[in-house]
Amino acid sequence: MHIVVCTKYTPDSEAKMSVDASGDVSWGTSPLIINPWDEYAVEEALKLRDQHGGTVTVLSMGPEEALEALKHAIAMGCDEAVRVWDNGCAGSDTLATSYVLAQAIQKMGDVDLTLFGKSAIDTQTWQVAPAVAQRLGIPALTYVIKIAAIDPDGKSITVERLLEEGRQVVTAPLPAVVGTTKGINEPRYTSFMGIRKAAKMDYPLWALADVEAEADKAGESGSGVRWPEVSMPPAREGEAEIVQGETVKESARLLVEKLLAEKVI
Amino acid sequence: MSKNDVFVWIEQFKGQPAPASWEAVGAARRLADELGGSVSACIFGGPGVEALAQEAISCGADAVLLVEDATLADFRVEPQVALLARAVREADPAAILIGATFRGRELGPALAVELDTGCIADCTALALEGERLVATRPIYAGKLLSKCIIPERHPQIVTTRARAFPKPEPDPARTGEVVGVEPVLAEDAIACKVTDFLATEGGVSLADAAIIVSGGRGVGGPEGFKPVRELAQVLGAALGASRAAVDADWIPYEHQVGQTGKTVSPDLYIACGISGAIQHQAGMRTSKVIVAINKDPEAPIFKLAHYGVVGNLFKVVPALTAAFKEKLG
Repeated sequence: MHIVVCTKYTPDSEAKMSVDASGDVSWGTSPLIINPWDEYAVEEALKLRDQHGGTVTVLSMGPEEALEALKHAIAMGCDEAVRVWDNGCAGSDTLATSYVLAQAIQKMGDVDLTLFGKSAIDTQTWQVAPAVAQRLGIPALTYVIKIAAIDPDGKSITVERLLEEGRQVVTAPLPAVVGTTKGINEPRYTSFMGIRKAAKMDYPLWALADVEAEADKAGESGSGVRWPEVSMPPAREGEAEIVQGETVKESARLLVEKLLAEKVI
Repeated sequence: MSKNDVFVWIEQFKGQPAPASWEAVGAARRLADELGGSVSACIFGGPGVEALAQEAISCGADAVLLVEDATLADFRVEPQVALLARAVREADPAAILIGATFRGRELGPALAVELDTGCIADCTALALEGERLVATRPIYAGKLLSKCIIPERHPQIVTTRARAFPKPEPDPARTGEVVGVEPVLAEDAIACKVTDFLATEGGVSLADAAIIVSGGRGVGGPEGFKPVRELAQVLGAALGASRAAVDADWIPYEHQVGQTGKTVSPDLYIACGISGAIQHQAGMRTSKVIVAINKDPEAPIFKLAHYGVVGNLFKVVPALTAAFKEKLG
């Protein structure tokens, strides 16, 4: 089975974000890491490979910083890594990104399953997995919390995917795109051997021409969405009003009165 | 039908509409009024969903595109994309609004690819500059706000975050046309098959809940959620949890609120034994009124909360449950 995991790099989740006068976004000195959600996708890919055999390729579209994400995935145990980038990729929204990733997956040719994290913690669009599936014309199974069964020979997969009301059980043919979510597994740590392998590995770089991508479908010209302005949200001022009665019962009664006065119940 | 129309995809589960869809209808109504167009509600479901048509009109739709077909009884993205794409190609609306739920977040970007246009995800505010939508959306877990536009493509697709837009006050006297249309895909043309459904405990969706009662590290174990659950029951609230409680396996992931869980925006959020790490705050900071119950007066949650009780949650929460029972009967 050939499994592809798509990933991107993001600033650490604890990064202090800021925007300067010219509108440029900065994450200060915070390290760049693999998008934390993608670790669930990597873990699931490794588990499936270990059960069913095959290869796991980790794929990222991004500038050199994307190597951080690829290295982490290799250090966790992925077999191969591919980075797609040239200047024509800059400014891509999810429409353009999904095009470039789908072209790269098609170039690989024999991909049975493409895994994603549920969303990237930076831009949080939740979009690239379903968009790639639509590009490839294959099923999109997103917010998957359990792969209940997979049959690489019979080319089918059954998953439990989250909906607001509960879990929908869906069977689909392979190849398919699966968006994972937290709860599907417990991602492993990188191993010493893995880190050594990641440090020594060769990371092939594919340009748009290498994945037979049309230049005007990538980057800004291939994008639907632009984001002309980024700003800091207004901060919430002040501290909680501490509700303190003589007894716990009295505190509770006072709090209930305040909440009823707020008209939120 | 005109180029100034706004389409809204109406989500439903077994005939029950998703509140986020009516919120989107309300947002669409305001946009259409400003654009001088009309609002069409797209209701594509199993037999019986016709019952939602009048509700859509009452909430502000001028017309309903209705498909009742067994292939649409369970949500699957393929037939929904096919139907929406056909409707859009025929009517050429200015915009399509979709609630940013699990289903909507899958549908929006797939439709955008099908129509070769942009989809702005999870927006929390919408305005018009001329005929162009300007959508505001939180990024980096709400640490930043981004204004987004779709300048060169058509139509403009937007998913709207649950509870970010007010639910319209239904006006049952409103009238509108219900247009029945045929499905696009037959069952054998749809690759995904839904074989089962496993309901969530409690049955109240966190994203739509008006009140959420959450437990964190302070509950101490799976049994510690008992008083938290009881308070939620008395208030008809959804049950939430912090990452610490989920990671400790005290409660399933579906309940997690925060950067790595769900983003919620209820009228009332009661945090029990939750210290309020920045990642948790990212998921609930836009709640209207926040109450924190924590034994540590220095807990960061008290900086965000509107009301706080410093004390042992195993005493405070049951007292609160009793006090609510007394008041609410």
